[in-house]
Amino acid sequence: MWSQVAPQSLCAGRGSISGLFIWTAGPIIPSWDRSCSFRAMVVMNQLLLVALLILPFAALPLVAAAAAQSRRMGGFSTGAVMLAGLVLLGLLAPAVFGGETIIVSTSWLPDWGLNLALRLDGLALLFVLLIYGIGALIVLYAYYYMPDYDGLGRFYLILLAFAGGMLGVVMAENVLLMLLFWEITSLTSFLLIAYKYKDKEARIAARMALAVTGGGGLALLAGLLLLGHIAGSFELSVILASGPLIRSHALYPVMLVLVLVGAFTKSAQFPFHFWLPNAMAAPTPVSAYLHSATMVKAGVFLLARFYPALAGTDLWFLLVTTTGAITFVFGAYVALLKHDFKGLLAFSTISHLGLITMLFGLGTELSPIAAVFHIINHAVFKASLFMAAGIIDHECGTRDMRRINGMWKYMPITATLGILASGAMAGVPFLNGFLSKEMFFAETVAHPALSGTWAFLLPGVATIGGILSAAYSARFVHDVFFNGDPIDLPRTPHEPVRWMRLPIEILVAIVIAVGLLPQLVVAPLLHVASEAVLMHSLPPFKLAIWHGINLPLVMSLVALGGGLVWYWRREKLFTLHDRYSIGMSSPVAFERAYAALSWGACRIMAAIDRESVRQYVGLFLMFVLAAGLWAWMGVEGAMLAGPLAPTPVDAVGWVAFLVLLTGLMGATLLHRKRLVAVIFLSVVGLVVSLVFIRFAAPDLALTQLSVELATILLFLLALRFLPQDARRETSADVRWRDALLAGVAGLGVALLAFAMLTRPFETISGFHIAQAKPGGGGTNVVNVTLVDFRGFDTLGEIAVLALAALGMQALLEGLRLTPMVGNARTRADRYPIMLEMMMRPLLPLALAVAVYIFLRGHNMPGGGFIAGLIAAMALLLQYLAAGIDYATARIRADMVRVLGAGLLIATATGLASWLFGYPFLTSAFTYVYPPVIDKFELASAMLFDLGIFLVVVATIVVALSELGMLSRREKPADPAGLKG
Amino acid sequence: MEILIALSIGLIFACGIYLVLRPRSFSVVLGLTLLAYGVNLLIFLGGGIDRVVPPLSLPGATGLADPLPQALVLTAIVIGFGMTAYLVALALRTLGETGSDRVDGAGVDGAGLEADGSEDDRADSGPDGEAPR
Repeated sequence: MWSQVAPQSLCAGRGSISGLFIWTAGPIIPSWDRSCSFRAMVVMNQLLLVALLILPFAALPLVAAAAAQSRRMGGFSTGAVMLAGLVLLGLLAPAVFGGETIIVSTSWLPDWGLNLALRLDGLALLFVLLIYGIGALIVLYAYYYMPDYDGLGRFYLILLAFAGGMLGVVMAENVLLMLLFWEITSLTSFLLIAYKYKDKEARIAARMALAVTGGGGLALLAGLLLLGHIAGSFELSVILASGPLIRSHALYPVMLVLVLVGAFTKSAQFPFHFWLPNAMAAPTPVSAYLHSATMVKAGVFLLARFYPALAGTDLWFLLVTTTGAITFVFGAYVALLKHDFKGLLAFSTISHLGLITMLFGLGTELSPIAAVFHIINHAVFKASLFMAAGIIDHECGTRDMRRINGMWKYMPITATLGILASGAMAGVPFLNGFLSKEMFFAETVAHPALSGTWAFLLPGVATIGGILSAAYSARFVHDVFFNGDPIDLPRTPHEPVRWMRLPIEILVAIVIAVGLLPQLVVAPLLHVASEAVLMHSLPPFKLAIWHGINLPLVMSLVALGGGLVWYWRREKLFTLHDRYSIGMSSPVAFERAYAALSWGACRIMAAIDRESVRQYVGLFLMFVLAAGLWAWMGVEGAMLAGPLAPTPVDAVGWVAFLVLLTGLMGATLLHRKRLVAVIFLSVVGLVVSLVFIRFAAPDLALTQLSVELATILLFLLALRFLPQDARRETSADVRWRDALLAGVAGLGVALLAFAMLTRPFETISGFHIAQAKPGGGGTNVVNVTLVDFRGFDTLGEIAVLALAALGMQALLEGLRLTPMVGNARTRADRYPIMLEMMMRPLLPLALAVAVYIFLRGHNMPGGGFIAGLIAAMALLLQYLAAGIDYATARIRADMVRVLGAGLLIATATGLASWLFGYPFLTSAFTYVYPPVIDKFELASAMLFDLGIFLVVVATIVVALSELGMLSRREKPADPAGLKG
Repeated sequence: MEILIALSIGLIFACGIYLVLRPRSFSVVLGLTLLAYGVNLLIFLGGGIDRVVPPLSLPGATGLADPLPQALVLTAIVIGFGMTAYLVALALRTLGETGSDRVDGAGVDGAGLEADGSEDDRADSGPDGEAPR
């Protein structure tokens, strides 16, 4: 099953992919000779690849156990997982840097095209590095950031699950698998944002993020399904190789828009950006992780991943560049207006994501490379900025930049780090952000599509965005670290503990290293990642700080200078913004739409759900009638009467019919006189028993009679508590409507029965009759069917019976009811002495009958069901005759245990046949010859029947004695008035 | 005979359905018991009414009644009792909890929905930092 699509030879010198090789690790010897060590290395790499993804998920229980021990253990174990991930990646890196794409694939749901397929190429490597690398720093940071009372178990678990989801997205080779992990990131980010779930703000923010990114996930699902349909495969290797086919397909525009909606919602592109600033309600470590390296990068990752397949059309350019440009400028503009510095960083994130998106849209030779470069740079400086912001927030107790000033004096080291990272964000030379931003400026200039006056559009937009970026960076630096003294802070800030600052120091070191020595530090990584994006060798380019004086450099300088001016004049801007801004922000609009939707849903529910069971039953019946009528109409020439000649009616038939009619009419018309109705109901039951006798079903007649008795007892016991006063509550209209519905339904059943009775049919029971004696060892075919042929059914049925009894016991437990006046006699009444005296000797006799019926059941009418009913009746008669106190004192067995024992015996009988190598519930029988009786049959089915017997006895005794017990804990009648 | 039987089953169904549509729990239980009778008869008689020898495979026996519907109905009768008993318990519990033996909800006409809405409002307008749950 394991296969590898191997070395794609993406060496810089070659112009195209050299081809795909399928290499199977099975017994097939590859046609070209490879050495054993190569083979072992491939398998090794594949195993490492799987481990790389499984690691965070597999570690979850471990981390849970560790975090339960102590906070420190939780932190260490989670950090160890992240570092182990980096080690695994390090082991795989040489192969990837050598130009290989490691692929592992095993089929999962082949009919759906869903395979468990993973790949690791340069792009995936870059993202895995970010996920594990920044993840490790976040784990350390969170340990100190989160309050001490938080045990962090929940935090680390969700964080790990989220990291696993992200890994799956970037490492998936199958796009459906990618979507699966995409959804995991949506769900876990919901949990992370709602981490402080006691805050209303966090709950709303999490809900919003889930709604937007989850909705985008749906669009993405549709888009990817279309993509797979167009490409003919859900495997990324195939999709990426069939770019021309995809782009020329008629469904390309639809598919592209759907995929882009998925990417844009995740990457918070305008107009789906609004969830991101709200998500700042999450704890800062979460923000630092989600909004720098992971969650929001998933969207731009998608653009990079599908770049060879989807990019290069006018539609792509138009949609992606425009969205990116708007988001870039809009985010940068709003960022300056935020007084909350986390809000400023949030909008700055939106803006930078817009920049990356715009780069992917431009589609020039180097723009995707610049985009990948900026993904790296932004992840590094933004993570450090969020962490620095978290420290300041942590130390000051507020995030309002109008109050936090002059932090330079209180925490110089943190301030230095923050200033350096902000410089990178603004695009100051010698820091990493400058390099990618200048590449961005260069690409806008280089874009050939627009000419004439329009040629200024893209560079213009880029410069304006650059100015705004520099302005908000200046505000962050100046307001927070300088600008006088702090105003009215709840506590005096100071430097944080050493370890909390370490992650920022590491990241800022990278910022500077990349900024100063790009070619040395980052070029190989950028090279391999960009090659994976472009799927061909890269055009020559060199990362350098100094390219000479050219237009991009001028743009950079204009941006920096303009930004400072813009910041200096900010008071004027704030006034203008307050005067002209639209009153309603996107989150508010979202909340209103949300509220309107839930209001609408409530209205629909109110229209449908009248809380009336009767209405549901009525609608259900009408639906069934309509369906039946439809089926009837659908058959050509369906005759009502079948070909069988009618049989004459005998006198007994007429009498039975009349009795049945009396019973039915009595029970229906007098149903409000409940005691009378019960008696009429028993008449109906009696006629049913007679029908069973008439048509040769002695077993059924015996069962029906016993059940009838139990049912009547049940009703009588219940009637003690049910309100006797049953006034007529429905209007004549309603009654006629119900009667009409009932009449039509009854007519339908009658016609159905008639049609069935007048048609011949081929029975399948010939086998049962023929095999009853030789196969089942009994002559009573019904009983043999129950305990042998269809024993598994019966096992299920007695389980249902047991459940009903248990459910009833649970329902009645502790229930205290008031007996209704009129049908309640006081307990002082004596039980009739004659009855009491007669019942005692009757008990052994009745039990003997039950045993007899049980034993003969396999050959003659009887068996476990009927014997159980008879035994239960015999026991219940003791309750009836002598009272519940007398009977419970003497019937010692706990009936629930009997119930369990019965089920156990029945199941064990079934399992026993496994011991002899037969299927479940295979029966066996033999004959023994004891004295006196001479010949007696012993069948394993009889043991099964014993299980049935016990369950039936226990069910009925539990049901009725529990009802009887109610009279022992009655509430005294309230003389003031009874509820009717 | 066929017409008479079909009519009987239809009548049992009609009465059962009418009772199931009544507003008080006891009538509903009665109705369901009737429906159980009707269904059992329908399945049982589906085995045919022309063979009248009980299904005991004794030597020389012919024209045995169809044992399969009988086996199905036998367990159905007992399970029917289990269901009735459970329903009675449910009705009594409902009576104990709500003081009424009506099957429909107390708030017909959407009273219950308003209660839901107000709960949602409360959750959203709770004081900051105070969890409604």
